[in-house]
Amino acid sequence: MKIVVCIKQVPDTVEVKIDPKTGTLIRDGVPSIINPDDKTGIEAALELKERVGGTVTVISMGPPQADVALREALAMGCDEAYLVSAREFGGSDTYATSGILAAAIKTLGYDVIITGRQAIDGDTAQVGPQIGEKLAIPQVSYVEEIKEAAEDHLIVRRQFEDGYHIIKIKTPCLLTAIAELADARYMTVSGIVDAYEKEIKVIGFEELKDNLELDMIGLKGSPTNVYQSFTKEVKGTGTVLKDASADEAVAAIIAKLEEKHII
Amino acid sequence: MSKGIFVVVEQRSGKVQNVGLELIGEATRLKEDLKDDVVAVLLGDKIEDQVAKLFHYGADKVILVDSPYLKEYVTEPYTKALTQVCNEYDPEIMLFGASSIGRDVAPRLASRIKTGLVADCTGLRMAKTEEEIAKEEAMGCEDGKRALLMTRPAFGGNIMATLMCPRTKPQMATVRPGVMKRADKDASRTGEVIKFAVEFTDADMNIEIIEAVKEGKKHADITEAKVLVSGGRGIGGPAGFDILKECAEQLGGEIASSRACVDAGWIENSRQVGQTGKTVRPELYLACGISGAIQHVAGMEGSELVISINKNDTAAIFGVSDLGIVGDVKVIVPKLTEALKKYNAEKNAN
Repeated sequence: MKIVVCIKQVPDTVEVKIDPKTGTLIRDGVPSIINPDDKTGIEAALELKERVGGTVTVISMGPPQADVALREALAMGCDEAYLVSAREFGGSDTYATSGILAAAIKTLGYDVIITGRQAIDGDTAQVGPQIGEKLAIPQVSYVEEIKEAAEDHLIVRRQFEDGYHIIKIKTPCLLTAIAELADARYMTVSGIVDAYEKEIKVIGFEELKDNLELDMIGLKGSPTNVYQSFTKEVKGTGTVLKDASADEAVAAIIAKLEEKHII
Repeated sequence: MSKGIFVVVEQRSGKVQNVGLELIGEATRLKEDLKDDVVAVLLGDKIEDQVAKLFHYGADKVILVDSPYLKEYVTEPYTKALTQVCNEYDPEIMLFGASSIGRDVAPRLASRIKTGLVADCTGLRMAKTEEEIAKEEAMGCEDGKRALLMTRPAFGGNIMATLMCPRTKPQMATVRPGVMKRADKDASRTGEVIKFAVEFTDADMNIEIIEAVKEGKKHADITEAKVLVSGGRGIGGPAGFDILKECAEQLGGEIASSRACVDAGWIENSRQVGQTGKTVRPELYLACGISGAIQHVAGMEGSELVISINKNDTAAIFGVSDLGIVGDVKVIVPKLTEALKKYNAEKNAN
């Protein structure tokens, strides 16, 4: 089975702070990590390979520095790694990104594609399903368990807010992973050594251009554009009711909850 | 020309979900500027009985796709039906709930019909100012006054971004449940129902559902809860959490805690908020008997709305609260719970 895992290198958003004077993100010194859902996807892919045999290929689109994330994936046990990187791809939204990744994955071949459900920097959860659409293969998102694995099909558990589905899906197919699917393993020492001996192959614009919608990639071609970004207003002291009766206090709380659409 | 504010209304087990009504409410607000009809799109199996409700909450038209293929949510049949709706009606705007269903079908649809999609929005508005309209048109929008500006959190909620989709239609967004307000019910409202036929084949069922299980809402981790009712030393003891729990249930939320209560053994440490606990950003943080030490505030200052109740009128928590009540938690919270019960009962009766 040929398993392809898509990963993204992201800033650790827990460490991101806002500059109180300028109101902008402070990115200096913020560590880059493999997006957590994608790391779950790597683990699920490795476990799938252990069950049915095959290879795990890891792929990432991003700047050259993203090769650190790919090395980490190799050190966890992935067989080969590809970096999709070109100036033409910069600034792509989810539509454009999924088109580029789908074109790259097509050149590699696949039976099962695993992506994380969503990345912690963008939180869109769109790239996985959109790769599936571009490749015209079925998908199951929010996968929390792979119950059965065979060459020609998988049986998976798909999470909903109010329950789950047990789904049989034929390969080739795409799954999006949520945290419950697997606990990512650590890199091994021998894995780290091996990872630095392996080559990370770069896929650029030239290799993919015949398979792309050329007017729908990069910053200019992306159907969505950022109009502006801003930080939320800093919270100040609101109203403090000092001598209200309990009933008055409750009425004030209810009014506030209504005003803010909580109830 | 693209026309209409379309809302894809989510149903589960044949019942329209709240987020669908919230989006219809939001669509009626967008309509004040755009002047287009609000069109609800309802997909499912034997769901015609749900249509009247969509008119009551503000839909002008309802497109109904009723088929056994749509009984359980499956990506492909839903995507196929919505693709045909888009091809037939050419919507200006199309909105989805940002649920595990909306976030599965909307990206697939956007990719198929070659348009943009903005995820998990918390604010929508039509471009209105000269600057907004000019910027949309500079980006290739034919009529900037018909452009939708979509605002959403990014970087884990550290920053907000407003996005546009200037060149392709429909302008699509998924919208976070619970953010938009549904309109007041008007049971006299009615409108045109369009029964839209989609020919499904077994090939559209490209996965097989072996089992579909409904479990009811699961208890969320406190970092995912929309509402947290949080207790500090001022709640007096472990029994204080029973009072908070009843209140949290009425608000559809979870209970959380300051470090003091965890250290005292009143509650499990997975519910601790603060520097040594979890960082939370709920829509409502109701702080009960919490003094507001800086280590606690560090874990909850990103909350959308903070309401605090504390006996001590100099408590630091009041400094980060939208509304502060100086008073006794043990008196006020049970009264609040009763008031919410009454409020919810009246709302459900509508």
